[in-house]
Amino acid sequence: MLCQICNKNKATVHYTKIVNGEVEKIHLCDECYMTHYHFDFDTAFPFHKLLSGLLDSMHEGYPKDKIGDIVCPFCNLSYSEFKQTGKFGCSQCYEVFKSNLVSLLRSIHGHNKHIGKVPKRGNKRIAKEREIERLRMELEKLVAREAFEEAAILRDEIKRLEEELGR
Amino acid sequence: MGKWFEGTGLEEDVVVSTRIRIARNLKNYRFPQRMSIDESEKLTQEVLNAMKKLPRDVNYKFIRINSLSSTDRVVMIEEHFISPGLIKKPDHSSFLLREDERVTIMINEEDHLRIQVLLPNLNFEAGWKLSSEIDDFLESHLSYAFDEDFGYLTACPTNVGTGLRASAMVHIPALAMTGHIDDFIKGLTKIGLTARGLYGEGTKAIGDLYQISNQMTLGEREEEIINKLKNVIYQIINNERDVRNNLLGKRKNEIEDKIFRSLGLLKYSRRMSSTEAMKHLSNIRLGRAMGLIKDIDFNDIIKLMIQVQPANIQRTANRQLSQEERDAIRAKIIRDNIN
Repeated sequence: MLCQICNKNKATVHYTKIVNGEVEKIHLCDECYMTHYHFDFDTAFPFHKLLSGLLDSMHEGYPKDKIGDIVCPFCNLSYSEFKQTGKFGCSQCYEVFKSNLVSLLRSIHGHNKHIGKVPKRGNKRIAKEREIERLRMELEKLVAREAFEEAAILRDEIKRLEEELGR
Repeated sequence: MGKWFEGTGLEEDVVVSTRIRIARNLKNYRFPQRMSIDESEKLTQEVLNAMKKLPRDVNYKFIRINSLSSTDRVVMIEEHFISPGLIKKPDHSSFLLREDERVTIMINEEDHLRIQVLLPNLNFEAGWKLSSEIDDFLESHLSYAFDEDFGYLTACPTNVGTGLRASAMVHIPALAMTGHIDDFIKGLTKIGLTARGLYGEGTKAIGDLYQISNQMTLGEREEEIINKLKNVIYQIINNERDVRNNLLGKRKNEIEDKIFRSLGLLKYSRRMSSTEAMKHLSNIRLGRAMGLIKDIDFNDIIKLMIQVQPANIQRTANRQLSQEERDAIRAKIIRDNIN
């Protein structure tokens, strides 16, 4: 029997796939098995299905036409497509679908606000705010162990950064 | 092959490797799933131009997926340089591999950029420092997609925020043998961590190797995510060691039999499937950790675990092999390496 993908080599991998009651017999050669199927086995739960379930439950109670189908003007991805695939089409999608995302992200991550690293370029203000937060935490530690001289240096640094931010 | 795991690190009896992966995207391009060929080529060139600004003594090899044979693509996955996701759209995807094989920058996987640092044994601090430095370098030459509230924007909402997936590959045969694995995986999920198979998301655990990683990427600082994971990894290390000691104390004869049977099979077999090889190599690794087997290094075992994978065998032979031929070559490679 020949491999059903390349029709060239002898089929050496045989298996039966049953999806939703439909039975399919698959016969492949080693190479096609490795390139096409090897890593598809034992797939974890399909994330997008879980996601659409999640999104549907969030919109429960709203009449369907009220939500409408928003489309991202940059990549043409519609919100209903996003619900099906669980993947955004471009970074603008986040802005376009923003109002729907906060609760989604909260249910995935338990949070909806990023507090980690910030790109330095073009985000000077956020970077400064984060730096102030970090210094404040540092300051508390210094005060707690009564290192007042070092604390004073930090306090001045915080003041300087706050002035730069126009506070 | 195998440069990345040279040398010895911390907790090598349980932790095989540490991996840090950060996902980044550029502004003004659609995500890879929706990109045209022209768009992905333009992005690739932009990344390559940025890479030209690296100091001269840092060398990366640039490899396009469509320039590799189908066997070599899988070899790259088996060696853990790239993820299975990178070979799905061969004409769009490529990667940069640093000379020491510890850093890969994947271009157009699910996200535009995936920076991966792979280190031997347990080494989260060095891994995070290195990947963050590479991120800083790229960021100084490329415009990242970033949102004040949501952080680094990614194609999948499960990666948004830090874009960080930190993981340790642990070898936990004793926990597996005593049937604690399911409880343990359930426990991990409850605290926002997850266990995956050998090649990451959606792949099987073979050879009692599990990748433990963070699930959540938004709302915690990178250092917090890594620290939490590290604490759990230490608990796993201690649990695995406890069970190993217990087995040695109470079921010594049974354990010795299991390990030396595997050693015998590895030494003398004339045919072996990769699943069988992984099972016995796992037992040997356990034997080494328990001090029952002395004259083999942890590194040699890991190297063999990679060498016996299907695509690696295929490449070693350099021709099309039938299943039987592959099993015969595999058995020979193992015999030549274990004596």
